[in-house]
Amino acid sequence: MLALWIILAVVLATAVVGLVVAVPRRARARRASDTGGAGATTIEKPTAAPAPAVATPDLVSPPVEAPVEKAAPELRERMGKTRGLISGYVRSLRSRSSVDEEAWEDLEEALLRADVGVVTTTALLADLRGRLRAGELRGADEVVAALREDLRRSLDTDKGTALALDPERTSVWLFVGVNGVGKTTTIGKVARRETTAGRSVLLAAGDTFRAAAVEQLEQWAQRTGVEIVRGAEGGDPSAVVFDAVQRASARGNDLVLADTAGRLHTKVNLVEELKKIRRVADRPPGLVTEVLLVLDATTGQNGLTQARQFLDAVGVTGVVLTKLDGSAKGGIVIAIQRELGLPVKLVGLGEGPDDLVTFDPDEFVDALFD
Amino acid sequence: MFDALSDRLEGIFGRIRSRGRLSDADVDEALREIRTALLEADVDVGVARSLVAGIRARLVGQDLSKSLSPGQQVVKAVHEQLIEVLGGETLRLSYASSPPTVVLLAGLQGSGKTTTSAKLARWFRQQGRNPLLVGADLQRPAAVEQLRILGEQAGVPVFSEPSDPVAVAAGGLREAQRLGRDVLIVDTAGRLAVDEALMDEVRRVSQSVAPHYTFLVIDAMTGQDAVATARAFHDALALDGVILTKLDGDARGGAALSVKDVVGRPIAFASTGERLADFDLFHPDRMASRILGMGDVLTLIESAEREFDHDVAEQGATALLEGRFTLEDFLSQLQQVKKLGSLGGLLSLMPGVPKELKNNAAIDDGQVAQVEAIIRSMTPRERGEPGVIDGARRARIARGSGTTTQDVNQLLRQFKEAQQLMRSPGLLGGMLGGGGRAKMAQALAERMGDGGPPGTGGLESLMSGDPGLAPGGPGGMARTATGLGLAGAGAKGRPGKKKKGGRVTPKGEGGRGR
Repeated sequence: MLALWIILAVVLATAVVGLVVAVPRRARARRASDTGGAGATTIEKPTAAPAPAVATPDLVSPPVEAPVEKAAPELRERMGKTRGLISGYVRSLRSRSSVDEEAWEDLEEALLRADVGVVTTTALLADLRGRLRAGELRGADEVVAALREDLRRSLDTDKGTALALDPERTSVWLFVGVNGVGKTTTIGKVARRETTAGRSVLLAAGDTFRAAAVEQLEQWAQRTGVEIVRGAEGGDPSAVVFDAVQRASARGNDLVLADTAGRLHTKVNLVEELKKIRRVADRPPGLVTEVLLVLDATTGQNGLTQARQFLDAVGVTGVVLTKLDGSAKGGIVIAIQRELGLPVKLVGLGEGPDDLVTFDPDEFVDALFD
Repeated sequence: MFDALSDRLEGIFGRIRSRGRLSDADVDEALREIRTALLEADVDVGVARSLVAGIRARLVGQDLSKSLSPGQQVVKAVHEQLIEVLGGETLRLSYASSPPTVVLLAGLQGSGKTTTSAKLARWFRQQGRNPLLVGADLQRPAAVEQLRILGEQAGVPVFSEPSDPVAVAAGGLREAQRLGRDVLIVDTAGRLAVDEALMDEVRRVSQSVAPHYTFLVIDAMTGQDAVATARAFHDALALDGVILTKLDGDARGGAALSVKDVVGRPIAFASTGERLADFDLFHPDRMASRILGMGDVLTLIESAEREFDHDVAEQGATALLEGRFTLEDFLSQLQQVKKLGSLGGLLSLMPGVPKELKNNAAIDDGQVAQVEAIIRSMTPRERGEPGVIDGARRARIARGSGTTTQDVNQLLRQFKEAQQLMRSPGLLGGMLGGGGRAKMAQALAERMGDGGPPGTGGLESLMSGDPGLAPGGPGGMARTATGLGLAGAGAKGRPGKKKKGGRVTPKGEGGRGR
């Protein structure tokens, strides 16, 4: 039965494309030949020298830059920059004598604006309404307190925020996510954090796709004084990760942090590539102990889809929520936690090597409300 | 989602119809569904509110209760409202009388500024301009390196120096004047709207080059924060437009509506992929469809246009037209279609495909591989004349492809059925039914305007829904499928409504065919 659909889909595509693409192309080809060449004169060649393509992964030992001692930022303090979002609604709610329809709408709007999403917001509020009606809650203050508690509970799982290491094999933490969420920057910060904790870390430059991604990670390796394994640009990222694991095992490193190219979860081939990276990294002497989905706090409802797809594909173990120092609230993690049970483990709060903190549900919720 | 929204609306209106009249509460309920759909697409809460108000105004005075399909009618009103908000004034780029024309890109970290700079440079080159790229992102490690590599790919020189962003931008301007480049594109570092120091810096960068155009680069996946970000950048830089990136994912991109609403300037460009060529002017109608989750057949055609080998595509179409589409043709077309991604995803972009099929995301790539293996295990003769395949050949093919003779039989039988379908003119018309047909007709009109190519009359009239040839209407495919014993997959066959009138011209688009 399926074969028929495959056939029909192909036939339809053939018909559409044949008509719309192939046939009028002749006419366009004629036109193009008239205008072709215009604007193609380059006065100057780009000055960039292409990065030397290294066929075999190459171990680069960077000069170690001494870590700058700096206190880790407070999540609440950093998020505080933009406080007033939920808190504004909550204040107006508290000023009212009873929890009327308008008050519920205010609460709804507050949660929606934090990107919590319609489904989760509706579920949270329906529950509170029921409890209010049942007399379990009395007045606006108690409703707000109950909401805080609900949010806190939905973010606080028994899975916790600890990042797993294997005592026997070389642990690999794989960083995955869509383009531009901050994977490479996060790895730099995690490298700083883990070396400060006394672990020996090796970076695997598995983003062989984006221009200069390897250079970016190399600069982070230098900043944090860790070693990096890189491969050829455009090469097979699995090979880089494989090599990094071998190298780490031979040298007795505790941990490999593997960067991957940003990929949209809708790109079948790229997701397959990611599965392969994971399989390769999981082979002894390596063991993937964490697959961290890096998620930008500005992401809206698509974040849930991303989390679901990456979870299915490579078994994500936790979320790193980045850019929480901006005006975005990152409320989508509440939906992700509730629907998929994926805990947030780390929070990114800036571009510096120390701008990374362990996720704390209390602080996160407090920052939303106070 | 479009299906879901229109279904939910049909549900509401179905109840109403049985009562016979439309109460305010009914309208409210429908509007709530619309609001939910918008919020799920990440449209800003406030913007969604004003959109819903606009839709309410559109609906007032319409006698929905008499309509055969009030849900569809409401969705149409929503769609029109979205196009109106997204569209309006379009950006008309004019070039500075004393070159270079300066373009500044700004935005949050990771929104895609550097890649977009290179894409824009390539676009300007295609317009016959000579751009110069300026790498003023000295913040992110290797950002300038990235721009240099991309600049090389685009064939556009890159200027940067390790000083400070303001000096680099000013230096780039001098360099462009010295070299006689007529467009200057300044890539800036990503910054948070709440970071006052960096917002001040980008303001100074802007002052140093006095850009003719300042674009905010924003990610289609952005949620509610889009409004705050757009407002802050607009206040700091007085934006001229917006560039929407990462539209190749499955985010609905409601942020486009929010940003348009706040900035009040057009969304100028859309970026739809990782390659430099995946960049084009923004189309409000497509974005409106996308936000509502409707099939986007034009985007499909465009990606096909990029990906397909045109000779092979032409051969396939000819074979189809002449009714001699063989397994060999099928195999070569399948290779083309696979370039567009998974077949399941492809189906979801096609309007008129039964939604049971879409929802199940029915076609998995393993099955496609199996079909392919079976055909590849056939001799060229067998592919041309499947009639010659006897028991022994069947067994050989099954062995060769690692399948069973039942699988081979099934494929042959279904291909034969499909061939019959191909010859029945209703099929293609039916598949392209509904909105798709109108869009297709429009696309054909646009693309075939200059000297219609010979020999395509048959399919063209099929697609434009000539009533003489296309008895199916939107239900055509579902009915045909049911007739073939595919009730499970094709199911919900609405009674095919015969289209009235002659050639379908999309409403309000009548004058667009050149």
